[in-house]
Amino acid sequence: MAHHEHAAEHAHHDEKPAGIMRWLTTTNHKDIGTMYLVFSLAMFLIGGLMALVIRAELFQPGLQFVDPGFFNQMTTMHALVMVFGAVMPATVGLANWMIPMQIGAPDMALPRMNLFSFWLLFFAFMLLLSTLFLPGGAPAAGWTLYPPLVLQTGDAFPVAVFAVHLMGASSIMGSINVIVTIMNMRAPGMTLLKMPLFSWSWLITAYLLIAVMPVLAGGVTMLLTDHFFATSFFNPAGGGDPVLFQHIFWFFGHPEVYIMILPAFGIVSEIVQTFSRKPIFGYEAMVYAIASIAFLSFIVWAHHMFTVGMPLAGQMFFTLSTMLIAIPTGVKVFNWTATLWRGSISFEPPMLFAIAFLFLFTIGGFSGLMLAIAPADFQYHDTYFVVAHFHYVLVPGAVFAIMAAVYYWLPKWTGHMYDMKLANIHFWMSTIFVNVLFFPQHFLGLAGMPRRIPDYATQFSDWNMVSSIGAFGFGLSQLLFVYIILKAAKGGAKATAGVWEHPADFPAGLEWTVPSPAPYHTFETAPEVK
Amino acid sequence: MTDRERQKRRSNARLAGRLLLMAAGSFAFGYALVPLYDVFCEVTGIGSRDRLTQAAVVEAFGPDVSRTVVVEFVSSTPGTGDWEFHPNVASMEVHPGQLYETTFHARNLTGREIIGQAVPSVSPARAARYFQKTECFCFTPQHFETDEVKDMPVRFIVGRDLPTGVDRLTLSYSFFDSGRFARQGAADNG
Repeated sequence: MAHHEHAAEHAHHDEKPAGIMRWLTTTNHKDIGTMYLVFSLAMFLIGGLMALVIRAELFQPGLQFVDPGFFNQMTTMHALVMVFGAVMPATVGLANWMIPMQIGAPDMALPRMNLFSFWLLFFAFMLLLSTLFLPGGAPAAGWTLYPPLVLQTGDAFPVAVFAVHLMGASSIMGSINVIVTIMNMRAPGMTLLKMPLFSWSWLITAYLLIAVMPVLAGGVTMLLTDHFFATSFFNPAGGGDPVLFQHIFWFFGHPEVYIMILPAFGIVSEIVQTFSRKPIFGYEAMVYAIASIAFLSFIVWAHHMFTVGMPLAGQMFFTLSTMLIAIPTGVKVFNWTATLWRGSISFEPPMLFAIAFLFLFTIGGFSGLMLAIAPADFQYHDTYFVVAHFHYVLVPGAVFAIMAAVYYWLPKWTGHMYDMKLANIHFWMSTIFVNVLFFPQHFLGLAGMPRRIPDYATQFSDWNMVSSIGAFGFGLSQLLFVYIILKAAKGGAKATAGVWEHPADFPAGLEWTVPSPAPYHTFETAPEVK
Repeated sequence: MTDRERQKRRSNARLAGRLLLMAAGSFAFGYALVPLYDVFCEVTGIGSRDRLTQAAVVEAFGPDVSRTVVVEFVSSTPGTGDWEFHPNVASMEVHPGQLYETTFHARNLTGREIIGQAVPSVSPARAARYFQKTECFCFTPQHFETDEVKDMPVRFIVGRDLPTGVDRLTLSYSFFDSGRFARQGAADNG
């Protein structure tokens, strides 16, 4: 492979501004990837603190710590921060770091736009977080921003809308970059169907982002003009309809949940094959499954709004199209399991997280099928069952996959092995507490506890207390995660180029052919892929 | 810069431009959803702006006295301030095919002049297309002086082809302050 001549060559290319200027002006995909990942980790902790405010208030019935208005700000901001600030930027960071290295490209195709999209995101979140200190407080109408409730937001309203615009612009630019990189910058011989599944999953995610982020931008712009310029897109007094916003929002919102989970699918595919020491079962089926899920995500949105009053034909269509998604998702779960079959499996931390993902994401998928059934959904709608469902697919789903990715590639980034023992402890604490935290919420929801309320009937006390204990356990475990990363960044046992074992009959991908830590510039001479 | 690099840059820029255009298309599609939504409601019969806001032309077939349907009246004043607004009768028993009239009572207690707009909605949704109004205070904005009281009429026919399973309809009006809107009209209930 080409990395030998290139290791010698990279030495003269390493000059970069020192200190803060390096991070402000860098257009290097690895630096930008690192900035995205650090930003995401910071947001994960801030969003987590907000979740702990929520769970502290819900520890017991009655109002203990915060007033209901602030509680609603916390549920709204927690969601916005976690979705747009933690999960999405984490996958963008991984894409920046890994896609050029996986496809043998020297950098992202549009490095300056790459830097611009990071700083846009950064300022979007400074704006969004600043709304907590504005008169009237932060947005409190839920991350879905339904009118007319959202129009009652105080001074924060235009600021939050502008923040959504900025983060949308940032995601779109990030996606354009990923697509151009993958389409134009692959090393010779790296055909699309030889590409690692993480890169594949991101290619499709990027198309999803370009298709739906502008729709959200349009929707919030309509809210803005309804509020300030007397348009009436959603105001019945002027001929509008608030239900229209729900359609627009969920036309964005449903693909959005796949934007968060598809890169996770890619990560899990990579990790399961590495630690089973055999190539993924049904590679092409995996690619087509991702593409089918992405396509189906556009025709299922109204299952989020069965209760608005839609004709029977509509309810049947959205129930059945939603259930169709279980087929490509089932293909993926089956193929992951088949990859494990007769594999020579070892349980390093990335693999532990990937296997937990397999089990727990599937649980979240099943509760999703329950919610897809329109007549049943009338009972589950807006209850804690919905909260339990989407937290199962997002936390032990997307977030666990991101943690798995960090444990998988951290030695490649830092050049040091991390503390395996601590990582194992982090895994077990996270996995146990995440279930203590979210599993009881299924029971609460089925028993009828509504979501987004600061107080509840005493019959819900016990499981709420259990859930809150789980929340604090899970939150504290994440401090260990931060410590493990910092420790590995500072030092530790030297990592080899391959980091993990790569048997002769299943050669490693390109990212494992460059030294660890990955040199500042990789693949300046394109490698030859056979 | 070699020719190859220059060419690569150009093809990168071209693809990026196309993708940017695609994003612009998605933004336009978001706005296109607004008229599409009306078309969708019309086609599926969930609610048609015209049917709910314009007088229906009804062919005279005579009443079907063999059927009796209950029509209930409901009113609400979301976010309009202080109003009295309620139906003068809570419900009527009607025969499909016959013209009826009822009135809604409104009193402006807001302490200022107001232009109000009533927005109708009929449920169940599948019966909405058979409920036809030949005259309604909801067709036009209503002007109210301070403390003015009005009894506002609505004349309606329940269509003879109303599905047989339906024996109860609800006509609801929400009353809005529409003074700030240049465009006057009412919404459908889609």
